[in-house]
Amino acid sequence: MANDPIHQFQISKLIPIEIGGMDFSFTNSSLFMVLTAASAGAFLYMTTSQRGLIPSRLQSISEMSYEFIANMLRDAAGSHGMKFFPLVFSLFMFVLVANLWGMFPYFFTVTSHIIVTFALALLVIGTVIIYGFLKHGFGFLKLFVPHGVPGILVPLVVMIEVISFLSRPISLSVRLFANMLAGHITLKVFAGFVTSLSAMGAVGVVGSVLPLAMTVALTALEFLVAFLQAYVFAVLTCMYLNDALHPGH
Amino acid sequence: MKMFVTPGYAQEAAPAEGGAHDAAAGADASHGTETHASTEHGKGEFPPFNPQYYPSQILWLAITFGLFYLFLKKVVLPRVGGILEVRRDRIAGDLDQAALMKAEADAAVAAYEQELAAARSKAGAIGQEARDSAKAEAEAQRKVIEKELESKLAESEARIASIKSAAMNEVGSIAEDTAVAIVQQLVGGKADKAAVAAAVKSARE
Repeated sequence: MANDPIHQFQISKLIPIEIGGMDFSFTNSSLFMVLTAASAGAFLYMTTSQRGLIPSRLQSISEMSYEFIANMLRDAAGSHGMKFFPLVFSLFMFVLVANLWGMFPYFFTVTSHIIVTFALALLVIGTVIIYGFLKHGFGFLKLFVPHGVPGILVPLVVMIEVISFLSRPISLSVRLFANMLAGHITLKVFAGFVTSLSAMGAVGVVGSVLPLAMTVALTALEFLVAFLQAYVFAVLTCMYLNDALHPGH
Repeated sequence: MKMFVTPGYAQEAAPAEGGAHDAAAGADASHGTETHASTEHGKGEFPPFNPQYYPSQILWLAITFGLFYLFLKKVVLPRVGGILEVRRDRIAGDLDQAALMKAEADAAVAAYEQELAAARSKAGAIGQEARDSAKAEAEAQRKVIEKELESKLAESEARIASIKSAAMNEVGSIAEDTAVAIVQQLVGGKADKAAVAAAVKSARE
C-alpha cells in the first residue's frame, strides 16, 4: 500500500457530517483547506504585526507577495482592476500555500482534486461574468466581437470567442489540478522505485541511486511547479478580470 | 511511465500495486480488481473523480476560502497596504527633506563664499590703508628730519662764516704784530704802528 501512488489522493472522513442527505463530512481535504487558510492568514497577519518601517525578513515576504500580485494585477487590468486585488491575492496565496503544504510527505494536496480547482476557476469566471454585465450591461458581449473583423467572418469569430470563453474555467482548473496530480504521482513512483529496487539486494541498492537522484530533482521541480501554478492561476485571473473591465479589447 | 512501472512492480510480485498503477495510468481499473487492496475508496475509483466527496469539498472550500478572503480583505491587505503607504510617504518626505537640507547647505556655502570674499577685500583694504598711512608717516618724518638737518647745516655754515671772518680779522692784527716784531728785529727801535698797520692793510687788499 505504501507504494500506491494514488493513495495520497484518498479522501477520508475525519468528522462525518450529513445534511439533507448530502455528505458534508469534515475530511482530510477539509483539514488541509483549514490548515492552508489558517497558516497563510496567520503568516500574513503575524509578520506584519510590527508594521515595521524597515521590514523584518518575514515582513518583507508578506510585502513582496503583496506588491508582486498588485503589480501583476495593475499591469494586466490597469488601476481599475485594483478593486479585485483582495480576490486575486487570496486566490494566489490559497493556491500557493495549498500546493506547498502538499509537498510534505503524507500531507494531502488540496489542489490535486479537480472539484477544488474547478470551484476556484468558477469563482473567477463567475466574478468576470457578473461584474462584466453589471458594469457594461449588454456591452459586455462586445467581448465576443473583436474589432476589425470582416462582416462575413463575424459569426465564425464570435463562435470561436464564445468557445474560448467557455473553455476558460476548464483550462484554468485542469491546468492546476493536472500539474499537482501528475507531479505528485511522478514523485511517488520514482520514490517507489527506490524502495522496490533496494529490496532486490546489492545490485538493486546501487541501481536505486538513479531514481533517488531523480526524486530529489523532482522534489525541487515540484516546488517550482507549486509556485508556478499559483502564479499562472493568478496571472490568468488578472487577464480574465481585464476582460470584465475592458470588454472592447 | 506505465512501461517502467509495471515490470518493476511485477518483479516485486505485488499485484495489488500493479492494479493501482493501472488505475493511475488511466487503464481500466477492472484489470486488477481481483486483488484490489485499496478498501478505502470502495468502488475503486480514481479519488479526484469520485463525486462522493464533491459536496463536502465544495462546502469546506467555500468556508475556508471565504473566511480567508474576508480576513485578508478586512485585516491583512489594508495593513500591508498601510505599511507600504507609510514607507512610501516617509521615503518621499525624507527625500524632500534631504533636498531642502541640500539647498540650505548650498545657501550656506554661497554665504560663506561671499563672506570670505568680503573679508578678503576688507583685509586688502585694511592692509592698503596701513601701508598708506605708514608711508605718509615715514614721509612726514623724513621731511622733519630733512628740515632739521637743513637748519643745522645753515647754522653750521653761519658759524663757519663767522669763524672765518673772525679769523680773517685776527689775521690783520697778527700780521701787524708780526710785521712790528720783524721791523724791530731788522731795523731796531720802535716801528711806527700806524704805518705798519697801513702797510698790512694795503698788502692784504
